[in-house]
Amino acid sequence: MASVLEIKNLHVEIDGKEILKGVDLTLKQGEIHAVMGPNGTGKSTLAQAIMGHPSYEVTEGEVLLDGENILEMEVDERAQAGLFLGMQYPSEISGVTNSDFLRSAINAQREEGDEINLMQFIKKLDKNMDYLEMDPDMATRYLNEGFSGGEKKRNEILQLMMLEPKFGILDEIDSGLDIDALRVVSEGINKLRGQEFGALIITHYQRLLNYVTPDVVHVMMRGKVVKSGGKELAERLESEGYDWIKEELGIDDETVNAEDK
Amino acid sequence: MATELNAFELNKEEIIANANTRGESEFLLGKRKEAVDKFDSLDMIKPDKTKVDKWDFFNVTSPVVESSTYNTLEELPEAVKGLIDLDNSKNIYVQHNNTPAFLRLDEDLKAKGVIAENIIDAANNHPELLEKYFMTEGVKIDENKLTAYHAALLNGGIFIYVPKDVHIEDPIQMVVLHDDKDASLFNHVLLVADEGSEVTYVENYFTNLESSTEKINIISEVIALNNSKITYGSVDFLPKEMTGYVNRRGVASDDANIDWALGLMNDSNIVYDNTTYLNGDRSESDLKIVTVGRGETKANFTTQIIHYGKDSNAHILKHGVMKDKATSIFNGVGYIKHGATRADAQQESRILMLSEKARGDANPILLIDEDDVTAGHAASVGRVDDLQLFYLMSRGIEKKEAERLVIHGFLDPVVKALPIESVRKQLKEIIELKVLS
Ligand SMILES: Nc1ncnc2c1ncn2[C@@H]1O[C@H](COP(=O)(O)OP(=O)(O)OP(=O)(O)O)[C@@H](O)[C@H]1O
Ligand SMILES: [Mg+2]
Repeated sequence: MASVLEIKNLHVEIDGKEILKGVDLTLKQGEIHAVMGPNGTGKSTLAQAIMGHPSYEVTEGEVLLDGENILEMEVDERAQAGLFLGMQYPSEISGVTNSDFLRSAINAQREEGDEINLMQFIKKLDKNMDYLEMDPDMATRYLNEGFSGGEKKRNEILQLMMLEPKFGILDEIDSGLDIDALRVVSEGINKLRGQEFGALIITHYQRLLNYVTPDVVHVMMRGKVVKSGGKELAERLESEGYDWIKEELGIDDETVNAEDK
Repeated sequence: MATELNAFELNKEEIIANANTRGESEFLLGKRKEAVDKFDSLDMIKPDKTKVDKWDFFNVTSPVVESSTYNTLEELPEAVKGLIDLDNSKNIYVQHNNTPAFLRLDEDLKAKGVIAENIIDAANNHPELLEKYFMTEGVKIDENKLTAYHAALLNGGIFIYVPKDVHIEDPIQMVVLHDDKDASLFNHVLLVADEGSEVTYVENYFTNLESSTEKINIISEVIALNNSKITYGSVDFLPKEMTGYVNRRGVASDDANIDWALGLMNDSNIVYDNTTYLNGDRSESDLKIVTVGRGETKANFTTQIIHYGKDSNAHILKHGVMKDKATSIFNGVGYIKHGATRADAQQESRILMLSEKARGDANPILLIDEDDVTAGHAASVGRVDDLQLFYLMSRGIEKKEAERLVIHGFLDPVVKALPIESVRKQLKEIIELKVLS
């Protein structure tokens, strides 16, 4: 049965300042949703709050994964329940090799005693790295340390492909990618696309969505989803920008700093 | 006892009489006499930022304890066997507390004139070499009260001599098993690499005791003559409540190279002084130190590289993890003397704090008396980064495991530099034990 991720009336604060002001969004496995919106409107906040980033405090609302409130879970438990966050700014961790890290992450999802066999792991890693056209050296380098912006993003998708979560939330996975990398990363996402996978793709640009066609497009402003539609919505934003939406909704200042009228 | 420290009186007659009874060489007796004569007039060490006036470096239960010897490596306790590559290690000296307990040196090396034997015998067998190098170029007897005390009470250690142009492939390893709570360790390591030679030396101090109130006073003198290369690795793991002074000194001549990789895992209170003199032109030293402090351990890690030679290069890298109420001071000194043109002195010290009550202090110091040089330093004292933990946990890794990964990762650059696989493994295990305890 397809899993469902439901975000209900989500309010989130940072340092006492309210950033998300009641987000509602439902994502089912098999679907790909794009989240767009001007800078500073709460997109990353939504992604980080779902995953449980320590600086973000949920003050109201819930996030249900198949009916279970994940906001009560630790970060690692959310991941084990099937969530994955591809970060806008992935951390660098010195001294931990990419492959050791990936193996720990895969084994964390498995029962003790049922750890992934080393050969199996290496095969899967080689295959996915090959698919993402990554230099084999990347496996033995320290996690994200000294990786270029584009290499980090590719590495996020590698993790996504290795972990095969129920839902992937991808925050500006296309930023910093060159044209070839954009294609490769898109192919990685498309490879997972299917009944067993759902994704929330945060992006500013249509170019990613040309490769990964979204089923639903949401627009965020002032810490809320203010408009949703099909893929044509993204296309219109690409050609016309956000002004028409602001006009339509009577919004002057779209950032989260604006007081609700 | 602590309050009487300033009044500590050396029983000179007894020290000399004891050494006589043990039938020691004239050479060593002479050094002991010199040491006891100078003792009273010498100053105590003054490690920067660590007050040691209440530390008892002196009172020992017994100058030498007798322990068993081993006929084969198989007889060693299991824990010690783990430190040694039993099948392949060709050059190994085992010291059991103060007793020389086992020695094996490759026949080929012996034929080439390589010497490796316990230092007390060496003083008998090779007086001319010891005369030349023992506490002459490296650490002097009258450097401070503790160096004199060391010479007076010396009760173990190893002498290694590598003749000209001899390259030793397999490491020479010294394992010191400390399992008698009355044993104090006054070990002296004298390692001389003659011109054009190469050697890797690794030492392990290993205890299976919880605690001991005895003393540690260890001096290593590492002498690299022209164009030679010495790699010096160490994993020290001695018990809590011991008090000590560990002075490892390098002296590098022209084109010589001394690399240090030290895993300082003792639970004892210790002042570590690790100084390398880059006397020669184009001499180099790379110093890596890793440490984990736990419990109430207090330690001072002073590392200095002093450049006299032109185009001399030094790189210091120190990483420490502090937990519980452990305190550690990292003093790093890069000193470029006048005339050491184009010298390069780099250092980096990082301390990771795992508890609110732990203390850590990193003090990088550059002293430069020459214009045409390069130098740099970086230092930080910080906590485990929440964002790193979040990143790891967001991939399903439990918090404890995520912390473990970050800590091991933090220490890895030094662990990786240790020259023997079995020793690297041991260091990783000790780190694991100390971090998770
Ligand atoms: N620690 C903080 N203190 C105060 N405000 C913060 C803090 N962190 C984020 N914000 C604010 O929250 C708002 C939303 O940030 P968020 O990162 O969610 O935006 P975004 O929609 O992802 O923007 P972008 O498209 O630029 O990535 C911004 O105005 C930002 O300045
Ligand atoms: Mg963002």
